[in-house]
Amino acid sequence: MVRRAKKLTRGVAVIGAGMSHFGAFKEKDSRDLFVEAFQAVLGTVQKGIDPREIEAIYVGNLSSDCFEGQAHVAPIMAEWVGLNPRPATRTEDACASSGVALREGIIAVASGLYDIVLVGGVESMNKLTTARVTDILAAAADAIYEVSVGATFPSLYAQIATVHMDKYGTTEEQLMKVAIKNHDNGALNPKAHFTSSIRDLMNSRIARAKQKGQPIPSWTDEMEFLKDPSANPIVAWPIKLFDCSPITDGAACAILVAEDIARNFTDEPIHVIGTGQASDAQALHGRKDITSLTASKLAAEQAYEMAGVTPKDIQLAEVHDCFTIAEVVATEDLGFFKPGEGSRAAEEGKTARDGEKPINTSGGLKSKGHPVGATGVGQLVEVWEQMSGHAGQRQVARVNLALAHNVGASGSTVVVHIFERR
Amino acid sequence: MEVKEFTAASFYRFLDRKKLMGSKCKKCGALFLPPRPFCGQCLENEMEWFQFSGRGKLISYSVVRVGTTMYEEKGYGRDTPYCWGLVQLDEGPRISALLLGADLSRPDSITIGQSLEAIFPDKREEEGERNPVTFRLE
Ligand SMILES: [Zn+2]
Repeated sequence: MVRRAKKLTRGVAVIGAGMSHFGAFKEKDSRDLFVEAFQAVLGTVQKGIDPREIEAIYVGNLSSDCFEGQAHVAPIMAEWVGLNPRPATRTEDACASSGVALREGIIAVASGLYDIVLVGGVESMNKLTTARVTDILAAAADAIYEVSVGATFPSLYAQIATVHMDKYGTTEEQLMKVAIKNHDNGALNPKAHFTSSIRDLMNSRIARAKQKGQPIPSWTDEMEFLKDPSANPIVAWPIKLFDCSPITDGAACAILVAEDIARNFTDEPIHVIGTGQASDAQALHGRKDITSLTASKLAAEQAYEMAGVTPKDIQLAEVHDCFTIAEVVATEDLGFFKPGEGSRAAEEGKTARDGEKPINTSGGLKSKGHPVGATGVGQLVEVWEQMSGHAGQRQVARVNLALAHNVGASGSTVVVHIFERR
Repeated sequence: MEVKEFTAASFYRFLDRKKLMGSKCKKCGALFLPPRPFCGQCLENEMEWFQFSGRGKLISYSVVRVGTTMYEEKGYGRDTPYCWGLVQLDEGPRISALLLGADLSRPDSITIGQSLEAIFPDKREEEGERNPVTFRLE
């Protein structure tokens, strides 16, 4: 069988992308968050758009069913932003739900069926206890064979971490550097869940202890703070609290159009030049090697091939750092660093905003937050802001080629997109 | 022995009888643990049951201090952690397992590559409860 090179049958461009604030909002439901993201995206379309021109809507969502007792969320989102009766479709691939919504939207426009679609994602998680959220997220693993032995998401990524540490010598300290870097970025993102650096967090705890007349912690820098189990307790060894992304509420939206009409809406569209998606065994035990995510490599391969670019060409990437080890593995799987060298690259500052390969300038899932169903399109929001020069204090030099990498669960779904500014 | 379907229900029923059972493809010989009815290697569906020795080595692990509700209800928690990991059976396939016999106050005392053996704790009383796959570090 001859494999035809995959391509989009017509070009697709992003004309705007925006998000709600990410954080813990117990007073807001999914629909409220989605409305906020929708208003944000309309505000990013340079020449404006009449929302009635949108022909279809794709919404990523992991589990409003369990988080809010609400199934069938896509038509509700369409209703709340005034888009009924347009077709509204939900995509669910765990934490990659809206990366997949984005891809389905791209495919729909490329097919010629629609010229203008809205893609988005939403998750409202904070109305439940942490224990309940842990259970619901764990359901995205293999419920019969992993959850039964006690698997939780932190402990799934801990498996990857112990193997990576054993095989490559990756250290807990190197993973702490990833957390410090992403919080530094998130501190500059006004919509992030955590808007303070780990140093600021440390200083505010010292100040609070002084104020209350409690013993004053002896931390002198972030590393000492992160090595103190009272500040950074173990969740699932070797993963500690500050290795984990938070439980976040939020929504994100983007508008995709056929390339040939993009300039009706903006003089600076962002072109989708590569898309890739792959699946893998749901359970980690079904994979031969867990030092990398095979689905990441395959999805990236497809996207690079379609785009005709190499990892070297990518100037900025938003990668799926649900845990610090996940960012390290992602930067290797995407070909930015050799296998086993991702942790050292982070330690040496290569992935910082001013490094050779800026990773997660938004703050990543770690600091910007991880409202699971909204994360994939949330990554596109950062790519959009960086490419259009609206990233404020996070802005890196002119970005013409960027990548977004969105993982479902422990890697059984991965979707990768490459965007170009011409 | 009665003929059983290659399902999770059968797998756990065998486990209660202290047997770690997977399936073997009659066409290509591929082994599957847990069992499945359809061969992912050659795409045939002619399987037979295969009993694993229960001996293997440790691939990865984690010591969990914030567990699922099911595990918290079993009495595990921040001060009473549990450990689970991936085990590679001598016959090749891997399985996730609850791991007993390690010093959980010192997670780095556990060594990747360490040998393990399947154990079969008595089934819990609760109706319908499936006992987890359990291994002991040697
Ligand atoms: Zn076979």
